[in-house]
Amino acid sequence: MTRFDLNDDSVVVIVGSGAGGGTLANELTQKGVKVVLLEAGKRQSSAAFVNDEWASFGQLAWLDKRTTSGSWQVAKDFPNLPAWVCKTVGGTTTHWAGASLRFQEHEFRARSTYGGVQGANLLDWPLTLAEMEPFYARAESKMGVTRTNGIPGLPGNNNFKVMYAGAQKLGYKECHTGRMAINSRPRDGRTSCLQLGFCFQGCKSGAKWSTLYTEIPKAEATGKLDLRTESHVLSIEHNGAGKVTGVVYADAGGAHQLQKARVVAVAGNSIETPRLLLNSSSSTFPDGLANSSGMVGRNYMRHMTGSVYAIFEKPVHMYRGTTMAGIVMDEARFEPKRGFAGGYEMETISLGLPFFAAFLKPGAWGTDFTHFMDNYTRIAGMWLVGEDMPRDTNRVTLSADVKDQYGLPVPNVHYDDHPNDVAMRGHAFRQGERLYQAVGATKTMRTPPYPSTHNLGTCRMSDDPKLGVVNKHGQTHDIANLFVSDGSQFTTSAAENPTMTIVTLAIRQSEYIAEAMSKQEV
Amino acid sequence: MLQGTGVLMGTLAASSVLANLAPSRAWALPLHALSQAEGETILQFGRVLYPHKTLPTAVYALLVKDLDAEAARDASVATLLREGSASLDAASGGKFTSASSAKRLAAVKHIEGTPYFSKVRSTCITSLYNNEMAFAHFGYEGPSWPKGGYLHRGFDDLTWLPKPPASASPPAG
Ligand SMILES: Cc1cc2nc3c(=O)[nH]c(=O)nc-3n(C[C@H](O)[C@H](O)[C@H](O)COP(=O)(O)OP(=O)(O)OC[C@H]3O[C@@H](n4cnc5c(N)ncnc54)[C@H](O)[C@@H]3O)c2cc1C
Ligand code: SF4
Repeated sequence: MTRFDLNDDSVVVIVGSGAGGGTLANELTQKGVKVVLLEAGKRQSSAAFVNDEWASFGQLAWLDKRTTSGSWQVAKDFPNLPAWVCKTVGGTTTHWAGASLRFQEHEFRARSTYGGVQGANLLDWPLTLAEMEPFYARAESKMGVTRTNGIPGLPGNNNFKVMYAGAQKLGYKECHTGRMAINSRPRDGRTSCLQLGFCFQGCKSGAKWSTLYTEIPKAEATGKLDLRTESHVLSIEHNGAGKVTGVVYADAGGAHQLQKARVVAVAGNSIETPRLLLNSSSSTFPDGLANSSGMVGRNYMRHMTGSVYAIFEKPVHMYRGTTMAGIVMDEARFEPKRGFAGGYEMETISLGLPFFAAFLKPGAWGTDFTHFMDNYTRIAGMWLVGEDMPRDTNRVTLSADVKDQYGLPVPNVHYDDHPNDVAMRGHAFRQGERLYQAVGATKTMRTPPYPSTHNLGTCRMSDDPKLGVVNKHGQTHDIANLFVSDGSQFTTSAAENPTMTIVTLAIRQSEYIAEAMSKQEV
Repeated sequence: MLQGTGVLMGTLAASSVLANLAPSRAWALPLHALSQAEGETILQFGRVLYPHKTLPTAVYALLVKDLDAEAARDASVATLLREGSASLDAASGGKFTSASSAKRLAAVKHIEGTPYFSKVRSTCITSLYNNEMAFAHFGYEGPSWPKGGYLHRGFDDLTWLPKPPASASPPAG
């Protein structure tokens, strides 16, 4: 096991080992760069994962206290759980479903394409699809995404069969078993999918890509990775010249350690990343690190989401097999005549009985609810996920009165749905219901958003240092040796599930960091 | 503060799918913090909240078991449950457990939104639906890893709709 000295100031410190941080760590160590990867959670394994929804949630989810405000339904249903993310080696790539889609060309130009949307803070990305394509290709190959690189799609399960049949009736053209970072054939030393149906609980067969058992062991094999688990970063330190010099973290025993660094890259997911920058304020940077734009924490996006569950007369057993077993992509296009900007994807989803009870309609009771439970084996489900509007006022701030176990202010997550989000959700709910009704649904349920699984935008990317926190390489405008390496960088959210783009940005960023280091620019 | 004196008891119907899950069809739940009457009130409250005609009482008893355990650990929960159960009696103009089903529903609606209501309702979600008896009753098959997943056990056994073409859903490798 590689260990670097706390005083070794030649290392790159990466905060968080999920999609962004885990990938960046592997890419950098492959280039010979020394990396200290600090992860707040413990290290689990496929063997340690459990086929039990609540137990797995307890094992892997981020349960530190958070608060919420705003008009979004999540603040009412889950006031202390705004987001469903993980605290463990591999981060949320342990719980994720594996849907791996590239953005569409126009989504990198949201402001130009959609025009000025009132009450939204739309901006074009400083990147184009063409610039991203070679890196998308590398990410798809790394993650073994089906329907790319000659990898066949996954076989569709029962839940998919219902979606597919309904999609045909509605005349949808693009419906298939998706582009998934789940092995349909053995690949990269991992087996193929056994259709376990517990993708959200950590994949026990290892068929699903997670940095836990792909990027991280590969990085360890280079001898250049020092992974420290149960190491919760509390603040980032800087010198008089305004360069970052290291991080302070609490180790497993709670003792504070100072790890020096040449470069710091933050990938704690879009709530913890801005929180860490805000919690690192100093007399030089009273508003938090890298926050001269005032944009740290702002423009928090979580995607327009919702689910439709439908009861049929005959059995479905939606929980058998991959959780996201298929997709309808037709509604992802930009077509303002539907009454909203942006588009959305329709993806199958299934929940086991315990989570179905918890998430179907939070707070509900009585016969409408029990009717769905009684029909559990005859239900099909889909998740609706679309582009949401960035807003200045949707933001992560530090709580004025609530502190965490380290005595630091917890993050408050404020979100108000934009009218565009509301209009899109209404359309998506209607289409989901129509799809299921077309194949004989006897009853449908509009399930409100789950705690945010996609968390984006809180350190947005822009060429203009007044409008964004980071440049097109995720480098902060204010501090050359401080980077953001997760979905916080997103300028806008696009319709697609974000992880493919997070991984792509991390690969691209690794080239930039390695080159900047060799040129002594950082 | 062992005020609990009660034992809830019942028998699983021989026809129940759950009968072969339990070591014996008879079940008994000794209470540690709640009285028998309070336990019965909460059990019936659970039935009003989440009415499943054929779900055995043994499953609803898990709600009482979980709340009783919490009350035994935390006196404020015990007080909440005690006062709340009394409020259900008051709202039904006598004993909640012997009121008509219409009166029970009205009493529950009357206390909707109170901390007691929220406590019992939210506990129901895990107590009633996160246990093996519920899995068997509702037809959820639980952990699949020990059985090798569903790849050879019906992940795509639905036959009442047309089979998607291989272009949309390729065969397993
Ligand atoms: C149920 C579920 C299903 C999903 N399905 C999909 C899908 O199908 N497709 C898709 O694209 N996306 C999906 N996602 C989202 C996906 O998981 C995330 O987009 C992705 O993991 C985010 O990567 P990240 O690197 O930003 O953060 P994470 O993967 O969350 O990693 C962040 C890591 O940083 C650590 N950390 C945070 N703060 C600190 C600190 N101060 N010190 C030390 N460590 C810290 C955390 O413990 C965590 O391990 C899903 C998510 C969930 C919950
Ligand atoms: S369904 Fe496939 S990807 Fe999901 S947990 Fe099972 S083996 Fe892993």
